[in-house]
Amino acid sequence: MKRFQISRRGFLTSAALGASGLALSGCDAFDSLSSTDSRVRGVLEGANDLTYRVQRLLAGRDSLAQEFTEADIRQPQRPNGVTAPDDADYRAFQSNDFTEWRLEVSGLVEKPLSLSREQLIAMPARTQITRHDCVEGWSCIAKWTGTPLSLVLDEAKVKPQARYAVFHCMDTIENGLSGRIKYYGSIDLIDARHPQTILAYGLNGKPLPVENGAPLRVRVERQLGYKMPKYIRKIELVDSFTQMGDGKGGYWEDRGYDWYGGI
Amino acid sequence: MDNAAAGEMQSGIKPAKDDRLVYRQSAWTRLTHWVWALALFFLLLTGLQIFNAHPSLYIGKQSGFSFDNSVLSFSAENTPDGPKGYTDIFGHRFDTTGVLGLSGGPDDLHARAFPAWATIPSHQDLATGRVIHFFFAWLLSGTLLIWLIASLINGHLRRDLAPRVADLKRLPGDIADHAKLKFHHSRNYNTLQKLAYGGVLFVLLPLMILTGLAMSPSMNAAVPFLADLFGGRQTARTIHFTIMLLLVAFFIIHMLMILAAGPLNELRSMITGWYRTDPPTSGNEPSARSARS
Repeated sequence: MKRFQISRRGFLTSAALGASGLALSGCDAFDSLSSTDSRVRGVLEGANDLTYRVQRLLAGRDSLAQEFTEADIRQPQRPNGVTAPDDADYRAFQSNDFTEWRLEVSGLVEKPLSLSREQLIAMPARTQITRHDCVEGWSCIAKWTGTPLSLVLDEAKVKPQARYAVFHCMDTIENGLSGRIKYYGSIDLIDARHPQTILAYGLNGKPLPVENGAPLRVRVERQLGYKMPKYIRKIELVDSFTQMGDGKGGYWEDRGYDWYGGI
Repeated sequence: MDNAAAGEMQSGIKPAKDDRLVYRQSAWTRLTHWVWALALFFLLLTGLQIFNAHPSLYIGKQSGFSFDNSVLSFSAENTPDGPKGYTDIFGHRFDTTGVLGLSGGPDDLHARAFPAWATIPSHQDLATGRVIHFFFAWLLSGTLLIWLIASLINGHLRRDLAPRVADLKRLPGDIADHAKLKFHHSRNYNTLQKLAYGGVLFVLLPLMILTGLAMSPSMNAAVPFLADLFGGRQTARTIHFTIMLLLVAFFIIHMLMILAAGPLNELRSMITGWYRTDPPTSGNEPSARSARS
């Protein structure tokens, strides 16, 4: 029996070919996929729609995100993104502890609202200990207290043609060529009416700190952190978000992230 | 191939010249094999891209920022000797400047866990890495399911992959043969092949998919026990990374074995399905025809 099926030269040639294939692997051959105009990227992004549909099917409308115990709260909530807005209007609200601040609820509603923090706190509240999952990969467990968004939507009487809740924020996330870009994002009404979707004003038993989004941030517990805007000033009910930003439904979505942050 | 097919059909009557060629891999096996190769290539390099967004691994439900549950992390620091890249594993620090933690050209150094040549895209781009990763995750999962169904129907699982008692008895000898680079070429997989392929297809890849899903907040609502099963979301992420290392190790050994066992014959069997076996008199392996009966 022959011990080797190929000669030493054959082996070395194959090894060299294999090694050069490996060396080529990363390089920059696929960098064009970074462009959101890329047609191939458009095909690949089709998988995001599939993920959204399958996860909606598996998780249903009202399945709850896992909740944890007090013993799991082991550290302050890790802040991310903007942690100290320097916008003039925000700083003015901050200087008198957000007493002048109002949450506007507008768009496709029968009854537009303007709610103070005290009014929100006076409404029935929900407290939940949940795990915040950042798109970067880290997790942090904290206790959130707030007004269920569904109660606010009920009070505003959402019109039947509304499909999304859009969050308009006070913090400048980017100084773009066309001026300051304030953070914005959107969720569908299934998540907006989900029992754990709350407008949080409390964190770990204390008022929500500035770095975590004071006076108000949304918690959307079945999605990633970038789907939970901080420093909210207005919730707008819309039937389409194509007119907002670049039309993908949010600040990060307009920069290539999936609109449904379920994975 | 036509000659080979004819040879096999005639072989019961008279041994043809190509009597040693056997049809080893079905079209289902070959097609899914190459789809997996493609998918795993992109999953690996986009996975490293995603990892670079937060290059630390932890044990538990959450990431310790005020406490330490880190098992592996990469970082870059400015030192009196210039910028350095570090790898921290279980509390031990290694200087990995140039590859891990800090990499790039002399005038173009970047603080990044895995270097540009190991990620897709080459620059830092988490959003694009995720788009490509999830596309190929679907492709891999779908192909695995198709392969599983096809292999149950065409007998590939039962006939070729399931280890038998005789295989396990042969294990020590098989290990010795591999160590001596002594390869038998027969229709059947040897014991180590069965264990390696079975381990990848029935242990590593399913674990990879499940730990991936355990990191999804939406799946966390649908199947809350999934993350707990792996010891929490951050442990699931650590397992996901560890399985990646095992799959890379499998790939390297797979390539070395193919090169040592005869790359043209091995490649041909995975492209056309036809494989040249050892002459019947030369080995103690069952002959091609008896193995197919």
